[in-house]
Amino acid sequence: MDPLEIDEPGRKVLLMGNEAIARGAIEAGLHFCAAYPGSPSSEIMAALSRVAPHFGHYTEWSTNEKVALEGACGAAYTGLRAMATMKQNGVNVAADILTAMALAGNPGGLVLVVCDDPGGISSTNEVDTRNYARLADVPLLEPSTFQEAKDMVRWAFSLSEELELLCMVRSVTRISHARGVVELGTIEKLERTPVMKPEQRYGSLPPCPNHAEVKAKLRRAGEIFETSPFNRYAGPEEPELLVVTCGTGWWYSTEAIQMLGVADRVGVLKLGTTWPLPERLLKRHLEMASSVLVIEESDPVLEYNLKALLYNEDLQAVAPSRVLGKVTGTVQGVYGPGVGEMNPNVVADAISRALELEAPSLPKSLKSSMQSEIDFELPKREVAFCPGCPHRASYWVMKNVLRLDGRDGLLIGDIGCYTLGFGRTGYYMSRTMHCMGSAIGFCSGMGKLERFGFSQPTIAVVGDSTFFHACLPGLVNARYNSSSFLCVVLDNSATAMTGFQPHPGTGKNALGEEAPKLSIESLCAGMDIPVQVVDPFDVPAATQILYRALQKEELQVVVMRHKCAVLQGREEGLPARRVWVDAEKCVGEQCGCNCFCSAAFGCPALIWDEQKGIAAIDEVICSRCGLCTELCPGDAIRITEEEPRP
Amino acid sequence: MTDLRKDPFNLIIAGVGGQGNILASQVVAQAALMEDLNATIGETYGVSQRGGSVMSHVRVTAGTPVGPLIPQGQGDLLVGFEPIETLQVAMDFGNPQIRVILNPRPVYPIGVLSGDLAYPPIDRILDLLQKHVADLKTLPATDIAKEAGEIRAMNLVMVGALAATGLLPMKKESYVKAIQDQFRGRTLEINQRAFENGYNADPSERA
Repeated sequence: MDPLEIDEPGRKVLLMGNEAIARGAIEAGLHFCAAYPGSPSSEIMAALSRVAPHFGHYTEWSTNEKVALEGACGAAYTGLRAMATMKQNGVNVAADILTAMALAGNPGGLVLVVCDDPGGISSTNEVDTRNYARLADVPLLEPSTFQEAKDMVRWAFSLSEELELLCMVRSVTRISHARGVVELGTIEKLERTPVMKPEQRYGSLPPCPNHAEVKAKLRRAGEIFETSPFNRYAGPEEPELLVVTCGTGWWYSTEAIQMLGVADRVGVLKLGTTWPLPERLLKRHLEMASSVLVIEESDPVLEYNLKALLYNEDLQAVAPSRVLGKVTGTVQGVYGPGVGEMNPNVVADAISRALELEAPSLPKSLKSSMQSEIDFELPKREVAFCPGCPHRASYWVMKNVLRLDGRDGLLIGDIGCYTLGFGRTGYYMSRTMHCMGSAIGFCSGMGKLERFGFSQPTIAVVGDSTFFHACLPGLVNARYNSSSFLCVVLDNSATAMTGFQPHPGTGKNALGEEAPKLSIESLCAGMDIPVQVVDPFDVPAATQILYRALQKEELQVVVMRHKCAVLQGREEGLPARRVWVDAEKCVGEQCGCNCFCSAAFGCPALIWDEQKGIAAIDEVICSRCGLCTELCPGDAIRITEEEPRP
Repeated sequence: MTDLRKDPFNLIIAGVGGQGNILASQVVAQAALMEDLNATIGETYGVSQRGGSVMSHVRVTAGTPVGPLIPQGQGDLLVGFEPIETLQVAMDFGNPQIRVILNPRPVYPIGVLSGDLAYPPIDRILDLLQKHVADLKTLPATDIAKEAGEIRAMNLVMVGALAATGLLPMKKESYVKAIQDQFRGRTLEINQRAFENGYNADPSERA
């Protein structure tokens, strides 16, 4: 049985943090959830979609985060309980509606779950979206454990209804992408009839009285937070050092204090409600401590907010003599304060500094003793396109086309699996890597620079999911302003980077049901942009089409379409064939091909047999796509078709 | 309640994307839960579907659950799916008491395949580990998985070997039950066989 469907309050189950968030929404009687995939948030929607037939709630993969949040708002306007989930970058996309709609409020519970990625483990940045709670004037909850992830999301719905205001819940990678034991609660079944009555009107205008109303709601939130069970203290009555923390910082602080053996000197005030801050609660604890250390990730948001509060009349009298954190440089990892993830060691260092401990005795790793004996370099493991990935073929073609063209053409990249074109696996071809859709905007600008003497042709590389998410306005702009460049859509039929979620071009919805399939070609044709489609595995045809398109002096689109190899493997299994190196034909380094397959083309499944001095195939990872058999200049790689397994 | 030799007991599974690291850690954690222990898993994978490093921290406790990240130098058992990944993790999280079980089959980084970087000799990696850890055992888990019918079931072979060490207190049946809960059909059959073969394999002191 799916753990999310278990209706036994009190039962303990192992849940991924994102599943705990999904369960919290289910327990709150969720009606509607919309999301755009992005690590580390994607599994919330995946989990909710998995159990949607059981509970009857609606889920959708929206085309982008702004639409997702707007969809959830729409449901909340009719009185239903709605949620939108996204990664930190997504909030930037949704910020326009977030900051506007908060001014007018919502009758049904509306929760925005954001999963931040401190350290940028699977992101292009480590933006701290807690800043948005302040910016949009919405209450903010931060779970410290898997249990709290579930319980807080559940509570966020009733809080949102009590305040008639969107409530934001902020998770991070180490909660979302971790697993732990969660005790299940009761599942509320909310039978509501959605309706928007004539007197219901939600407009941000006029902002000034509306803004005052939302500020009043926030003050009420602050009052509610004063007694929230998500805020709690553990430690001595009058601690020498008071750690004020939130999110994962609580876990790391607790462990660090234990590691240092300073439990009798240090207390921990864990805050689950971090905007607005519960002032009276803080006052009670600040009175007891002379030093405060703030532990959080990744920006010093709590630290700044706490410090600002200390100048309030009520708190001035109890202000501790020292408030330490990232601003003071007390908390810092290898990259310095305010940069990167926290962990128990970073926090232990910070506590040692705050207590001025001399040489704290912490367990040492083997690093220093081993490093002095290592007489070799540990090779860096760079991420790579998977074996059989169509993007490798596309980048191979684009690399050759730009070389053939000979005008120092630029490949302007974007966000998706093909982002890896920035690195070795994409031959370092990609020259930019920022946010979804930006390649189109960049090229749209660069395509108008001829008058200044700019003569390098540009290829904007975007993915299929990105195309629907953020490329349409950019293409409209380029077409309208007659900008000239080649837009290549790498269509692998999935939002592959984040876990193969469907998108409007796949013909499937979040539940895996048939859905209208939007055609990239038709959309381009609708904008009068010349568009062609080619399979990147047909290297000669793709090279010719791309080369010709690059010579045109107007906006062109070429869709390079081939299904993601991992997705293909999941849906159909590996093809019943064997790809192998013909030892008679492969003459190794005598060939003159310069180890073309492994060194130049760079598929991770093409390895080198040191003993025989020839190429080899790693059968554990080979996807059996067979492209290498066409590219090998010595014609030494073979495919043998085998009987399919019964 | 099952007795833990150390609380929390810190297990690390080190490998690369696609090796089934996360499923392996889930099986161990589920087995712990079945014996009324608590488990927290911290997974570090980033964009590792694309061949990057993957590391799972599995922290088994008898009482209050602990956080998802093991502090430096506090690993108790390291199960390595790949040699250089294992060496790296041993340096960061190992200590003179740590035990290591390693599948010595390399997965080459693309920088090595391109000829720009060199993969160190496996013997040198094993020498270093052997000198600094309490116990190093190797297991040709990929070959064992191939014999079990699916070369990619290497992860379950390693879970079998991990279970057989008895360093974690869970009974074999709990792992088997966890595998049954996790998989279906042919995948279940293969994974059960892989686990069984790993359990019965005799990891050698040295490959």
